[in-house]
Amino acid sequence: MTDTIIHLLAVIIVPPLLMGVIVKTKAAFAGRAGAPCFQLYYDLFKLMRKGTVFSETTTWVFRAGPVVTLAAVLVASLLVPLGRHAAPISFSGDLVFFVYLLGLARFFTAIAALDTGSSFEGMGAAREVTFSCFAEPALFFAFITLARLSNSLTLSRILTHVTPDVWLAAGASMLLLVGAIFIILLAENCRIPFDDPNTHLELTMIHEVMVLDHSGPAFAMILYGAAVKLFVLGALFVNIAFPFSTGNSILDWGIFIAAMLGLAVAIGVVESVMARIRIVRIPQLLVGATILSAFAMLLMLR
Amino acid sequence: MSFPKGVIGNPVFQLFQKTGSPIESFGDDPLFARAHRRPLNADPFRYKPGVTSRQVKRRVAVAINNCEISVDISFDSTYLILASAFIMAVSGVPCILAGAVAGQRIAMLLTMLASIAGEYAAVSILFFNASTTAYSVELPQPFGEAAFTVDNLSLLFLLPLYLVVFCAAIYSPAYWPARKKRGATRLTIFTGLFAASMIAVTIARNGVLFLMAWEVMAISAYFLLTADQQNQETERSGRVYLIATHFGTMALLIMFALLCAITGTFDFPPRCSLALASPYSTAIILAALFGFGGKAGLMPMHFWLPGAHAGAPSHISAMMSGLMLKMGIYGILRVLTFFNLLPPWVGWTFLILGAWSAVGGIAVAAAQRDLKRLLACSSIENVGIIFTGIGMSLVGMQIHSQLLIICGLTGAFIHVINHSLFKSLLFMGSGVIIHGAGTREIDLLGGVARRMPVASALFLAGTIAICGFPPLNGFIGELYLYAGAIQDGISNPLPLTAVVAPLLALVGGVAAITFVKLYGIVFLGQPRSDRGAGSHEAPLQMTVPIMILAFACLFFGLYPVALVRLVSPAVISTAALSAETFDMVSSVVPLAPVMLANGLLILLGLFTGYLYLLKLKKEPCEKNSTWGCGYPARTPRMQYTGTSFSGLIVSQLGTFVSSSKVSPDMHGDLLPAKASFAYEATETVLNQILTPLFRWTGWGFSYLRRIQHGQLQVYILYIIATLFTLMLWRGR
Repeated sequence: MTDTIIHLLAVIIVPPLLMGVIVKTKAAFAGRAGAPCFQLYYDLFKLMRKGTVFSETTTWVFRAGPVVTLAAVLVASLLVPLGRHAAPISFSGDLVFFVYLLGLARFFTAIAALDTGSSFEGMGAAREVTFSCFAEPALFFAFITLARLSNSLTLSRILTHVTPDVWLAAGASMLLLVGAIFIILLAENCRIPFDDPNTHLELTMIHEVMVLDHSGPAFAMILYGAAVKLFVLGALFVNIAFPFSTGNSILDWGIFIAAMLGLAVAIGVVESVMARIRIVRIPQLLVGATILSAFAMLLMLR
Repeated sequence: MSFPKGVIGNPVFQLFQKTGSPIESFGDDPLFARAHRRPLNADPFRYKPGVTSRQVKRRVAVAINNCEISVDISFDSTYLILASAFIMAVSGVPCILAGAVAGQRIAMLLTMLASIAGEYAAVSILFFNASTTAYSVELPQPFGEAAFTVDNLSLLFLLPLYLVVFCAAIYSPAYWPARKKRGATRLTIFTGLFAASMIAVTIARNGVLFLMAWEVMAISAYFLLTADQQNQETERSGRVYLIATHFGTMALLIMFALLCAITGTFDFPPRCSLALASPYSTAIILAALFGFGGKAGLMPMHFWLPGAHAGAPSHISAMMSGLMLKMGIYGILRVLTFFNLLPPWVGWTFLILGAWSAVGGIAVAAAQRDLKRLLACSSIENVGIIFTGIGMSLVGMQIHSQLLIICGLTGAFIHVINHSLFKSLLFMGSGVIIHGAGTREIDLLGGVARRMPVASALFLAGTIAICGFPPLNGFIGELYLYAGAIQDGISNPLPLTAVVAPLLALVGGVAAITFVKLYGIVFLGQPRSDRGAGSHEAPLQMTVPIMILAFACLFFGLYPVALVRLVSPAVISTAALSAETFDMVSSVVPLAPVMLANGLLILLGLFTGYLYLLKLKKEPCEKNSTWGCGYPARTPRMQYTGTSFSGLIVSQLGTFVSSSKVSPDMHGDLLPAKASFAYEATETVLNQILTPLFRWTGWGFSYLRRIQHGQLQVYILYIIATLFTLMLWRGR
């Protein structure tokens, strides 16, 4: 019960902090002071109090988009175990449900973007759905590998099953898996090298351009939803890459939060040292991730 | 022929052997002696021993042309289903007698009545153990006995059939009003025949009867899809369809002839009665795969499908895509159940062809510019998913994995029902768009949602369902397939079937692109041409059927237990498992938490939406134009088009589909010359393999034209020569 409450609190409170840490890291690399770590919280509160501008072209789909996206991402966040603690909702086959919830969220973001009739947003929507369709097979290969390790179809089980012993036993496979999932994490959350979350008006960007016309509370929902999605996929990554447990529940929560912040720093470092790759190269990189995780599965078959 | 290695017992329908034989001849009267009554106790799930059919109430005997037909009539469920087929078949007759306008109304009422009766019968058999009877009619000598029986496999296909036919019946008079459009009489007559023949296909138990029903179905579909006589494109695709379907029928003729050669009769052999070692068994399976697979739209026999489904009137497309394709799936399942063993290659062939169709179908769909062609191509994908599920279960039978058998079959059967629902919804919805805007070209449409709010919301439901997103019904079928594949990845030493999971994910991803494109470009944004701007909401008669189907999608999505309950009898009897095994194994996908999570998703969505609406009421809302990145003179034609939306993925899936572009040449003498641009999606299978093949065949056979020159005397000579040769051969 305590774990469930902490899980809910963590999902609700922590995600914007990750964004702040990423921005802070990038600022440190650039030699700037940077915005405070809590900047996204201030932004969200500010946006919630603002009015909204709607395009005359839009219909109810545009208003429903952020709502459905946020709801789907929040439900998805209840399926993923945080640290060594089982998720509040877990059932056999929930990993499929998880992937499809993210799909639903993406679907609604994309049609809300197309609702504005802007060619920029149409372009962003096309790229978002196209790239994610290459990322999903990679995720499923990774899930099959993990399911085979833990003999289970629930996210809570397959992710908490990974321990340092598993790493020692199947190190090569795990290493490939971690690489693949890190690529998926960056692609799905539209980070560099796939997308640049800072640019709003260039032809190379994906996610940011889809939400150009959203404003006020709707934009707050979108920013928050994006942060939660980063948190959820980040938790997925941390569970596999950093499988340490002390046995003490509260201490484990501390380790988990620290690991998440570490991940945010890592993403910040990646964004600072890498350039965005060309759009046509993105599918190749994602197919590469698929091959990595398929290879991880093959190594498990021995 | 024997398969010493690798052939493992196929448990299909073993339990049917207990009950498969004709049980009693009826009465002492010689006229009725041929009419058999067989209790259908195929299903241990709910069959109570001792419960037989109700009392016979009436007997009818008719003698036509020496062919004595004797039928027992009792008002049980099978009788209701037969009666519904009969009423549908004759529902078009008033059109001839009373004129097209009144006839169309009468046909609508008759068809609705018949569908309600039939659905009642199907549900009462499935849920309330209503008794069923086998009816049979004696056919002229060599053909055996025309038997009709309803079993669980038939019911699986009858259930969605009645619902979709009911919806199409309401839809038809509004979409194709006899007052305004030509060809309404033809449409009405053949719609009834089409529906009736599909019912007959599912309940026929005799090869000749089956083929007769099959041909009536195929030919009435031809007359339906060419209802729009003015359109040359439709004429052409009708011709292609006619050729393709008769290639299939040819294969089926061969198949039934071979079956007859083994069993000595055209009656369907009892389940599990054919040994794999029996001669011709490989040929039978291959012929069935060709004939039925072609009707189902399995790649590479799918080439007739997009044109045919796109050209037909929309409710006919709904029936063809939602129902007629399923008849191919029904046929192949029925034939597989005749065998007690299946060679190992069958499962893998199904799996590979299914996966190929799924990926290829959706890749071709993504590239389409035509609304209905896109939907038709996505039917190929869905048939591919169904075949993948069936292939998975056949592979499971070979490796004795009950989990693969159950997950594969359950997923495939659920998808059979689901696809009937959402594809019919989408086709009827596209009819509403065509009715309102007058074009099928995606890139000319746009902003339809503002003019048709009701239709657009319903269409969105269909789109979400077909992408397989929760909380609608499409998710449930896919969940079973994924669970089966991943479980195989866990337990199998060499998990080849596990690859189905990432493959389905890829298919799902491309499906999402396709349907975001379809919905986003057609319904949202601004109209891209005057046609799109002129659209208006459809009459209630057209929206109500779509509402019924959308409600069914939502209901089955939120209450998947009902869906599993509908398909479980068919799964249990096809896989010859006990109900306990089914319950135990299918619990790998627990439905209660899925329902809970779906409910949570909806509640959270409604709650957030409610808060957001409250907020919008309080805060000032400003209306402005879309942010054009500083460019003030935007026009609707600058919007992203469907072609550009799918351009990225089409360029990546070049193996299956490529786009042929004719780029403008703008070099003039002084000023740029007039230029035009054309884009066409070209399909690899069709354009690279089938078209050259047909061209070469045509070239090869062109020499045969010399013997066909229209001189009657010479033709008579041919006949005499043929007869003489045959007599020589016979007398040898």
